[in-house]
Amino acid sequence: MATGPADKALVAQSMLNEAPALSDWLVVTPVIIPFVFAAIIVMQRQRVDRHGPIAIAGFVLLVLCNIGLVNAVRSDGVIVMAMSNWIPPFGISFTVDIVSALFALVASVIGLLTAIFADGDLDMRSRRYGFFAFLLLLVAGVSGAFLTGDVFNLYVWFEVLLIASFGLIVYGGGREQLDGAVRYAILNLLATTFFLIATGLLYGMTGTLNFADIARKVPELTAGAPTAAVASLFILAFAMKAAAFPLNFWLPASYHTPPAVVGALFAGLLTKVGVYALFRITSLVFPTPPAIIDTVVMAVAVATMVIGVLGALAQNDIRRVMGFLVVSGIGSMLLGIALGTTEALMGAIIYAVHSMIVMTALYLAVDLIQKATARFRLTELGGLYAVAPLLSTLFLVLAFAVSGLPPFSGLWPKIVLLRASLAVDAHWAAFAILLTGILTSITMGRVWALTFWRPRSEGAPEIDTAMLQDRRLMAPLIALVALTVGIGLFPAPLFELAGLGAAGLTDPSEYIRAVFDLAAHVGVAEQ
Amino acid sequence: MEVALAILVGCFFALSIYLILSLHTIRILLGIAILTNAVNMSIFTAGRLTREVPPIVPDGSYVPLEATANPLPQALILTAIVISFSLFAFVLVLVYRAYQELGTDATTEMVEAEPPHEPATPRGY
Repeated sequence: MATGPADKALVAQSMLNEAPALSDWLVVTPVIIPFVFAAIIVMQRQRVDRHGPIAIAGFVLLVLCNIGLVNAVRSDGVIVMAMSNWIPPFGISFTVDIVSALFALVASVIGLLTAIFADGDLDMRSRRYGFFAFLLLLVAGVSGAFLTGDVFNLYVWFEVLLIASFGLIVYGGGREQLDGAVRYAILNLLATTFFLIATGLLYGMTGTLNFADIARKVPELTAGAPTAAVASLFILAFAMKAAAFPLNFWLPASYHTPPAVVGALFAGLLTKVGVYALFRITSLVFPTPPAIIDTVVMAVAVATMVIGVLGALAQNDIRRVMGFLVVSGIGSMLLGIALGTTEALMGAIIYAVHSMIVMTALYLAVDLIQKATARFRLTELGGLYAVAPLLSTLFLVLAFAVSGLPPFSGLWPKIVLLRASLAVDAHWAAFAILLTGILTSITMGRVWALTFWRPRSEGAPEIDTAMLQDRRLMAPLIALVALTVGIGLFPAPLFELAGLGAAGLTDPSEYIRAVFDLAAHVGVAEQ
Repeated sequence: MEVALAILVGCFFALSIYLILSLHTIRILLGIAILTNAVNMSIFTAGRLTREVPPIVPDGSYVPLEATANPLPQALILTAIVISFSLFAFVLVLVYRAYQELGTDATTEMVEAEPPHEPATPRGY
């Protein structure tokens, strides 16, 4: 078909006519790298011994790319890459701001450390079913969810990480595990379906799926029942993903059943994807929700914090104590979203980073306790301090960090959130933060005292410390604890990134401008 | 037409929520299957309905002369159907395996992951 001048004009309005700049390709590397390495592992499925090293190599590359991405976003602002050269809002565009890049970086670090741990932990037989491929695919899904700038594409990434997480949660397939997996699978499938309903209705209202374009069109909608319904559906779906009270019951029922390294990865990454999606939705789609929704989110946040930690206090199974602590942490992040000021969002971002690191570390530490003693009940544990001083110290540091005691990473987000809630006279929220801190200290203090400090009871089996000499098991835990201490002592870089990220969430004009600049830039080039 | 479809979608949602609230995993699964169909139809309806107009571009013009149906909701639904079908297949196998292992499909009796009679936490040493 001959192309006339009118054709060219139409094409110029809808497509970029040159390949994206080489530096922009950095935006898609966090998705491409895990996919490529997962494919390599599948191709090498007979050589089980190679799976671990390939996955670790992939994660190292991924971490390096993510560091590059954070640097690029910090120096150049929001980066947009249009897929297949379709100009937004026609095609799907990846849009990366500080929050996306920071979350993707932490997720890849968690992925790397869990891969090293799994390489030391899993025997060769159990690797045949492609554990490391699932691990990489999960991280690909999580990175995609963090980086995309399109609401339907976000749904697709949710499904990618969901199917990978299904593969991991049934890994091994014991009775307890299948039971936990059923709860996890059905409730998460429902949550993504609610998300899809909300996406469909939002498309019906605005006629677009691009976040930046939605953000431009939403102010034109008349506020009323449809907007409120869609906003509540989004919040319901993501709160369910994030395990906020009263939708949290699936998490402590399932995270302790698969191999501990899977629990650690899930505790670190999956709930935070829900929180990240809430950041995006509240920032771009519903910046001014009806007052009732604000009140509900605030109540949910406070209830999640307090009920999560009360649940942890009541558990006898230390693996489930950690499950409830994940839930409690989600409450603090939701509180930041509910308060909605820049300072509160900054607190929520720092809390999310802290929680990813500390919860992963706690799950790994609990797994080491279980490996050494073959016990996981507080009533049966004891005497570890005498034989495993290093693990005891690491666990104590993590206990302090998760409770928010200085000088570890948990202190800073709590201070920021406390100041933010006092600044808007939300005294109840401030009280809830302090109460949660005290209750977490009691919970973790008791876990530490009973597991490590208490002498071993008469007739308890010998503690086997051979596992604790394995470098591949200890190194990831030590690295995570070092990160916690590092953030606690030198919080300035994280504060700077989180501050920039929070400013971008409360005032998304740069995000929107970056997406449409891509279109404008091409228009100028054509003339 | 939108009104009729909206009512139908509403009926589907009501039925699926009724099924999901029941205590047996197989009924929950049937509920999920209906729910995904309800969602697909609601996306279709939200994308506005158009009577069948062939999307043909005549010689000499660059867009179809008449308004044709919006292809985007159809693309979205196609994606959603594929995804929900594969996830449904997975969950179906998972529930069947759980039924084989646990010997029950009643959610009240599936208590392996959360044993009901855990000993209380110690109050001191």
